[in-house]
Amino acid sequence: MAKAKTNTEDYLRMYRQMVRIRTFEDNANQLYLSAKMPGLTHMYSGEEAVAVGICEALTDDDRITSTHRGHGHCVAKGAEFKEMFCELLGKEEGYCRGKGGSMHIADQSHGNLGANAIVGGSMGIATGSALRSKMLGHDDVTVCFFGDGATAQGLLYEVMNMAALWNLPVIYACENNGYSEYTKTEEIAAGSITARAEAFGIEAFKIDGQDVLAVNELTQKLVARCRKGEGPFFIELETYRYHGHHVGDINREYYRSKDEEKDWKENRDPIIRFRGWLVEQGIASEEEIEAMNAEIEKDATEAVAYAEAAKYPDVSEVDMHVYAD
Amino acid sequence: MATEILMPALSPTMEEGTLAKWLVKEGDTVNSGDILAEIETDKATMEFEAVDEGVIGKILVEEGTEGVKVNTPIAVIGEEGEDMSNAETASDAATETKEEVTKDQPMAQQPAAVPAKADRSPDWPEGTEMTTMTVREALNTAMVEEMERDDGVFLMGEEVAEYQGAYKISQGLLDKFGEKRVIDTPITEHGFAGIAVGAAFGGLKPIVEFMTFNFAMQAIDQIINSAAKTLYMSGGQMGAPMVFRGPNGAAARVAAQHSQDYAAWYAHIPGLKVVMPYTAADAKGLLKSAIRDPNPVIFLENEILYGRSFEVPVLDDFTIPFGKARIAREGKDVTIVSFGIGMSYAMEAAEKLAEEGVDAEVIDLRTLRPLDYDTVLDSVRKTNRMVTVEEGWPVGAIGNHLSAHVMTHAFDYLDAPVLNVCGKDVPMPYAANLERHALVTTDEVIEAVNQVTYR
Repeated sequence: MAKAKTNTEDYLRMYRQMVRIRTFEDNANQLYLSAKMPGLTHMYSGEEAVAVGICEALTDDDRITSTHRGHGHCVAKGAEFKEMFCELLGKEEGYCRGKGGSMHIADQSHGNLGANAIVGGSMGIATGSALRSKMLGHDDVTVCFFGDGATAQGLLYEVMNMAALWNLPVIYACENNGYSEYTKTEEIAAGSITARAEAFGIEAFKIDGQDVLAVNELTQKLVARCRKGEGPFFIELETYRYHGHHVGDINREYYRSKDEEKDWKENRDPIIRFRGWLVEQGIASEEEIEAMNAEIEKDATEAVAYAEAAKYPDVSEVDMHVYAD
Repeated sequence: MATEILMPALSPTMEEGTLAKWLVKEGDTVNSGDILAEIETDKATMEFEAVDEGVIGKILVEEGTEGVKVNTPIAVIGEEGEDMSNAETASDAATETKEEVTKDQPMAQQPAAVPAKADRSPDWPEGTEMTTMTVREALNTAMVEEMERDDGVFLMGEEVAEYQGAYKISQGLLDKFGEKRVIDTPITEHGFAGIAVGAAFGGLKPIVEFMTFNFAMQAIDQIINSAAKTLYMSGGQMGAPMVFRGPNGAAARVAAQHSQDYAAWYAHIPGLKVVMPYTAADAKGLLKSAIRDPNPVIFLENEILYGRSFEVPVLDDFTIPFGKARIAREGKDVTIVSFGIGMSYAMEAAEKLAEEGVDAEVIDLRTLRPLDYDTVLDSVRKTNRMVTVEEGWPVGAIGNHLSAHVMTHAFDYLDAPVLNVCGKDVPMPYAANLERHALVTTDEVIEAVNQVTYR
C-alpha cells in the first residue's frame, strides 16, 4: 500500500474512522430494518477509504459538501455518533435539530457544509465555498464529494468551467461506486470521466478508492497545491457500495450479481486491507484492533440508545429557522 | 379591574338586536369560551362567549330587552373579590371597547372593534429634500452604497462588469470596486447561482444579477433547494444571505420566453423573501434592505420601469423595511392592490375613476414575502371592495392569495366579490396587437372596479 501519513497515531486514527463509518452504517441499517428509523437512507459501507483518506488530509477549516449517501463524509469530517443518530431519528439534539434527517446532515463546526440530496446539487456550493476562500485571501480548501451518477448533471461542467477559469481551491471527488442508482456506470457515462475534467484544463486523477493510504497521499498533495493557488483538481475514486442504492434496495440481482458483491467484500474491502497492513507493519496487534473495534461498537450502541431515548423537537420548532432574523 | 361586555355586532350591518337570554347571573365565575348570552337579530340567534375569565359583577341589560344598540355595555365583568357596586357609573366613563366572539361566527369581526393595525409611519421624514431619479439610477446607487458599507457584498452575473450590465444597472461598479467584487461570469445561470449560494453559506453577501428572471429557471434548483431551504434543513447552522435580482415580467415584443412574471412563483417559497418595487424610491430603499437581509431575497425589477423617473429622498442612508405596503393613493370607495409594474395600471385607473366620481385607494404591496396583510385589511374594512392587479398569470396569482386572505379575515366587510385582474392565461405572443391583448390594461382595471362597485 502507498504511504501517506507516517506516524502510528495517524494510521490508527484512519483505521478507527473507517470502522466508525462501517459501524455507524450497520447500526443505521439495523434501525431502518427494525422500523425504528423512518424515511429513506443510503449506506456508505464499502466506500470508507474514500471519505477517510480525503478528510484525514483536511483540517476543520477546510470544507466539504456531501451527498444523499453522506453519513461517511460526516463521520470522516469529525461528527459525533450521538448527534448523528439523534438526527437520523429526528430528535432535537440532532445536528439539524431533527429537521434535516439522514439526507441533510450538516456540521458547520467541522466544516461540513451539509449533504445536498439533489444529485449533483452541491457542486455549486462547493465551488462557491472555494470562491469565498479565494476572495477573502484564506487558504482553506473545499472538497466536493459526488457520485458517478452525478457526472451526468450539467451543473458539474458549469462550475468546473468557472473553477478552472478562476483557479479556485476546490477538489472534485467523484466516488465511482460502479452504479448510478440501479444502473451500471458504463451505461450512463459516455467516454472517460476524468477526461471531462481535463477538457477544462483541470488536472485529473483516477485512483483505487479502496486504498486509504493512496487516497490520503494523493489528497494531501492536492490540498497543498490548492493552498498555493494551483487548484482546482479532480479525482475519480474507484469504489463499491455494499448495500443497494438505498436501504430498501434488497433484491439487487437484476442489476448486479452476488458474486460481484462477494468479490469486493472479500478481496477489496478497505478495512480488511488496512487492518492487514497495520498488523503486518507491526503498528497494531490483532488484539489491539479487536479492542478498538469493540470500543467503537460500544460507542455506537450507547449513541443509538441515547438517541432512541432523546426527545423530539418541540412542535413550536416547526416554524423556527425558516428565516434568519 | 372591571371591564364592560358590549353588545356584539354579529354582522357589519347589524345596528341593534335583542338580548334574548342570559345564561349567567351576577356573581357567577366565567371562563374564556363560556357562553354568556343569546343574542337575536332579525336574521339569526347566536350564542355569545366570554373572552376573558372573571366574575359577572353586574348585568346592565335585562334579558328580553329589544333594540339594544351595538356596543352598548350589557354587563360588567371583574376579578374575583372585586367590588363592583358602582359598576354602572364606571361603565359610563369607560371608553375601552371590548371584543367578544360569537360562537356561530367565530371569525366575524365588529367594524367598530377592529383597530387599524398597519404600520403607517412615513417612509422618510416630512420636509426631506427630494431629487428626481430613474429606477435604474436608484438600483445602481443602492448597490454602490451597500458595497461601500460592507466589504462582504459583491456582484456577479453575465456582463455585469466590463459591459456594465445588460441594462446598465451596474454602471461604474467595476471601476469603483474592482474585478474581485464585480465578477463577470460565463452564460451559466445554474452554475453561478450555485457558486453564489456556496459563497453565502460561508458568510459573504453575493448579489446575483440574472440578465432576466426568465433565465433564472436554469438556476431554480439552487435558489429553492439550496438557498431557501438550507437554514431550515441545517437547524439554523447556516443560511444564504444573498440577493437574486434582475428584470422580471414582460418587456416589449420579445415573446414568450422573455416575458414572464415570476412574482407568484417565488412568493410561494418559504425561506425566500420577495420584493417587487414600482417607484425609484422603493427600488433604492428596498434593494438596500435586501442586501442587508440575512436571508435569500428575490428582487424582481422591470425593464420598462428602469428608465422611469420618480422622486427619491436625499438621505445618507435610506432604507425601506420589508412587509410594509405603501398607500399610493388614499380613497374610500374601493381598494386596488397591486405591485411592480401593475401599479402603472392601478394608478392610471384610479385617476380615471376619480373623474367619474369613484374614489379608489391604491396600495402598492412592494414586498410579496413578507406581505403586509394589515394594510390591505384595514383598507378593505374601510372601502368594502377590492380589486387586485398584476401582470402574472391568473392561476395561483398573488391576487388569488390575497382574495382568500381577505375572505378569511374580513368576510363580513366585503360588499362584493374580490376581482383579480391578471395577465391572460397564455404564453406571451409576439404580434403587437396580440401582446397588447395578453397584458393587463387600465381599462380592465376600471371595468373590474365598476363591477365591484356595482356601477
